[in-house]
Amino acid sequence: MDYATLLQILDSTIRLATPLLLACLAGLYSERSGIFDIGLEGKMLMAAMSTGAVAALTGSVWIGLLAGISGAVLFALVHGVASITFRGNQLISGVALNFVASGITVLIAQSLFRQGGRTPPLSGEARFNPITLPFAEALSGVPILGPLYSEVLSGHGALVYIALLAVPVTWWVLFRTRFGLRLRAVGENPASVDTAGISVIRLRYGAVVITGILCGLAGAYMAAGLQAGFGKEMTAGRGYIALAALIFAKWRPWYALMATLLFGFFQALALRPDVIKNTVGFDVPVPALDALPYILTVIVLAGFVGRAIPPRAGGEPYVKER
Amino acid sequence: MARIPRWADLVLVPLISLLLAGIISALVILAIGQSPKEALTTMVTGAVGSSYAWGYTLYYATSFMFTGLAVTVAFHGSLFNIGGEGQAQLGGLGVALVCLAVPWPHWTLALPMAMIAGALFGAAWAAIPAYLQARRGSHIVITTIMFNYIGAALIVYLLVNVLRPPGQMDPATARFPSGAALPTLHDLPLLGLIFDKKIPANVTLFVALIACWLVWLLLWRTRLGYEIRAFGRSEPAARYAGISPFRVTMLAMLISGALAGLMSINNVMGESGRLLQNSSEGAGFIGIAVALMGRNHPIGVFLAAILFGILYQGGAEIGLWTSIPIELRTVVQGLVILFTGALDHMVRMMLGVFFRPRRIEVA
Repeated sequence: MDYATLLQILDSTIRLATPLLLACLAGLYSERSGIFDIGLEGKMLMAAMSTGAVAALTGSVWIGLLAGISGAVLFALVHGVASITFRGNQLISGVALNFVASGITVLIAQSLFRQGGRTPPLSGEARFNPITLPFAEALSGVPILGPLYSEVLSGHGALVYIALLAVPVTWWVLFRTRFGLRLRAVGENPASVDTAGISVIRLRYGAVVITGILCGLAGAYMAAGLQAGFGKEMTAGRGYIALAALIFAKWRPWYALMATLLFGFFQALALRPDVIKNTVGFDVPVPALDALPYILTVIVLAGFVGRAIPPRAGGEPYVKER
Repeated sequence: MARIPRWADLVLVPLISLLLAGIISALVILAIGQSPKEALTTMVTGAVGSSYAWGYTLYYATSFMFTGLAVTVAFHGSLFNIGGEGQAQLGGLGVALVCLAVPWPHWTLALPMAMIAGALFGAAWAAIPAYLQARRGSHIVITTIMFNYIGAALIVYLLVNVLRPPGQMDPATARFPSGAALPTLHDLPLLGLIFDKKIPANVTLFVALIACWLVWLLLWRTRLGYEIRAFGRSEPAARYAGISPFRVTMLAMLISGALAGLMSINNVMGESGRLLQNSSEGAGFIGIAVALMGRNHPIGVFLAAILFGILYQGGAEIGLWTSIPIELRTVVQGLVILFTGALDHMVRMMLGVFFRPRRIEVA
């Protein structure tokens, strides 16, 4: 594999890792607060459809983005009502919402546009257009590092940089703010947070809404960045890969970046079977690459590579002492 | 939380959940500018209006009985087996390998072997998540989700690179020999008089009914069933009573996986006659809804499977004859899962209001 091909693959790694990273961080907030969320997929899908539809109708990707966030937050709130207020089974709620999202997105898109459940193709201002980072032109001449900067890092849509920024921000919020401390505490031992006079319910709703917003960004990027418009089931299991990445990352923001970049790299490789063949010397079946993130996650879960310990109160509804 | 009588919990809660899901679906249909009445009529006629319609409804219901039972057995051991989809597809692989292995002279010989293979492959696919849960404490929900994707990738690989006969374009195995074809209800004596057209519902229906009965026997009439239920209610209590958590987790999941795998004698052997990509078509997930709706009891699962058979077949008819997309059935399915599985406390609270006066009398 030559350097130019490597750059191409790294470039698409960043593109493909972005929705994974956003969804992974989304799950991180929810799960750190003790609310399991296997409905990341559904929220992304809902956001992708809302963004695709509204961006197509208004011609502005930013209004589309707002719609996408609203769609995902709506689903997040339903999950919140089911799992926080009514103390329902969080896993089942997540599964259910994924189903609802999978169907309702097609229903809405079909009734709006009558194009077989997709939204019309987006172009121009209705998409996230590439941003050229400063000095990208000037630095492209620098050997090795120059092209890495100008071709791999520069030239992505705004959400890619927002996703990358969200990593340090999440780290800072989680480990350097009062809200973060409380959020982590409520996921480990909600009773202690309650004893300190802080509302468990409000904190968890807060976390679930942040999850909705981040899933909204992930879905919006799918529909208006990675692709141009919404199509049925376009997230194609990315919500579950993000969930896998979250476990792989042991519920930590920087690890989440590494995990999603790794999984994004696999996805990028799966698109270039020719490169794999030339590099490894034999045909690696594409399904094997597709399955790799899941296999790695199972290995991590099995505890062969360190131990992945979820937040202790995860999945358990909090019942206030009476 | 308000206490409600047992009969209300068993009968009213699922029915009201269903009603709520129905109301919201009707609102969705109204919102996309279609007529809920037309949808309901199309669905009822298309799913239960004729013996031909029943032939399809029962075919789907057969699959859902297996996957519903699979989820039920695991649920009783407080294990949420979300991997029915992968286990069913792997079961399909087992069935296909058996059917293709020899030129079967008659289906009565092929069926038992295919059942064993389907069950074994399904159980094997549940075994690793079960082991990881029992020995390593990795969450069964996450591992079974991962195994769904790994299984799907494995099947794609096998169909494209290994099992596809030379010269064939679509990723599928060769057709099974005619001796491995299961008779449909139309081919059976007497029943053939009722089902007068060619329909997909086949003898697997009877296997599913027997499976319902056997699961009931297992859960409520055997020592293992007692252990599974005790473990599901309280792990420390079960442990104290000398029940091995490892053994119960493994056995409950193996049985669950085997039941999911058995589903493929219905679709792979009974209907398509070869193994296709994504053969289970979401039946593994519908099993979750069926188990929840059926309150984790085989009789409930049987009834809920019929109901979901109606929804599934009726949904297909809606997609075919009205301008409402077929995806409506996914929405209904999701709503049923949401109301029966996650918002069940809400439904109970609603019902509790009506039962409160009686409770005071008792107290």
